[in-house]
Amino acid sequence: MSYIVGTLINIVIVMLIFSALAGLGTYFERKVLAFMQRRLGPMVVGPYGLLQIAADGIKLFTKEDIIPQNVVAKIFRIAPVITAATAFMAAAAIPFLPDFEIFGIKVHPIISDINIAILYILGVMGVGLYGLLLGGMASANKWSLISSARAAAVFISYEVVTGLSILAPIMMVGSLSLVDFNNYQAEHGWLVFSQPVAFVLFWIAAFAETGRTPFHLIANDHEIIDGFGTEYSGMRWGLFFIGEYANMFFISFVIPLIFLGGFGDGSFLGALIFLLKVSFFFFFFLWTRAAWPDIRPDQLMWLCWKVLMPLAVINVVITGIVMM
Amino acid sequence: MFETVAFYLFAVLVTVSFFIAVTTSQALYALTALASGMILISGFFFILDAEFLGAIQIIVYSGAVLALYAFGMMFFDTTREVKEKKGNRIIIASLSVLSVILVVLIFAAPVVSDNIVANYPVVEGIGNTEQVGIVLFTKYLVPFEVAAVMLLVAMIAGIVLAGKKMDVSLTLKDDSEINNEEKVLS
Repeated sequence: MSYIVGTLINIVIVMLIFSALAGLGTYFERKVLAFMQRRLGPMVVGPYGLLQIAADGIKLFTKEDIIPQNVVAKIFRIAPVITAATAFMAAAAIPFLPDFEIFGIKVHPIISDINIAILYILGVMGVGLYGLLLGGMASANKWSLISSARAAAVFISYEVVTGLSILAPIMMVGSLSLVDFNNYQAEHGWLVFSQPVAFVLFWIAAFAETGRTPFHLIANDHEIIDGFGTEYSGMRWGLFFIGEYANMFFISFVIPLIFLGGFGDGSFLGALIFLLKVSFFFFFFLWTRAAWPDIRPDQLMWLCWKVLMPLAVINVVITGIVMM
Repeated sequence: MFETVAFYLFAVLVTVSFFIAVTTSQALYALTALASGMILISGFFFILDAEFLGAIQIIVYSGAVLALYAFGMMFFDTTREVKEKKGNRIIIASLSVLSVILVVLIFAAPVVSDNIVANYPVVEGIGNTEQVGIVLFTKYLVPFEVAAVMLLVAMIAGIVLAGKKMDVSLTLKDDSEINNEEKVLS
């Protein structure tokens, strides 16, 4: 019984924190982009424009929820929910912090330490792209259809790169649990030093999986309006947004956990440094958005199938030979 | 208790989604119901402590159904209903009921007569992933390798078929050139 209650409390806390962080994420994104472009960003609402999040939230929640005439209404309604829900489902297997004790209660900041955490996270995050695909296909809008065709292409190709690049570290650690990854690195040193190629490939693929800027083709504003989101309004559009930002946060947790030592031995300092690493990876998403142009869809496919995938396969083979 | 509730929940959800996939005339409903059914099936694997197969079910089938979506996108206007030619309903219904009974009999008969024995029973303390690996690389090594060779053949065939005329770009040609080539071909 206490197990069920504890899990429920964990779930509620993770949901609340990351829904709020998704809102804060938009604020950070605007500020970082603004500073990199020598602007001030949001400044008017509240101190340093902090209350802009609240204003945006109120706007999204109270806007009329329009279902346009020719859409497939049921699919159109459910698509944003898929994106947001799968993003949070993926969080179930991520250890956010080491186990710690507060007021005499042992806290496990992981909802469920399953043996196949990495496969589960990648699979469920991949399913998140279904939301974009369905939203685009149900919209009866040509821009949306182009965007969902791109979503299908990105989904099929970059799943391959993520899977193959993560295979070499899995071979070294011999487990699929993120906690085991963390403990292995606490003993043997960070995996980024023994698997630099896998690290870079996984990082690149993370940009494709979250649909961030160099690969921001699914909803490329200056080319296909808002892609899958063109026909959406109000909170349904907001759910796509929450899903995207939650995915960014979760992948920022996963990369340091797999490659950069995670939270180390579980001390307070280790946890603090872990959060710093996570913030760096989140910041890097925003940094690339300010610094890089988008690439074309055919370049995206070229990069995936002719560069990243062969590299990942060679990396797996070399790791296998060295380990034998 | 927990497992029983979960089993019946997933059983109802899977049946309902596959029922929708078969009966609806809206391509998008059918595909979405198929995808959700495939993903919900993974729930059974998780209940049976076969987490590895559960995760693989999600990854493989979500990717596989996605290819169907791509075909749907190319061949239909997915926002319109498909007009189906409906044959004799009685024959369809009776044939499907008959085949369902047959399938259930084939799988249930050994269970009822208690003849099912696990060749490779679950070993305590060894993870699910390791067990799948051990069985795959000892008992089933030959089928595994044969499957790998077949996939390789399929991949090469796919590349050869799709790779014809890859160096020729239709967008760079005039319409007249393309028409002439079509005449030569026909």
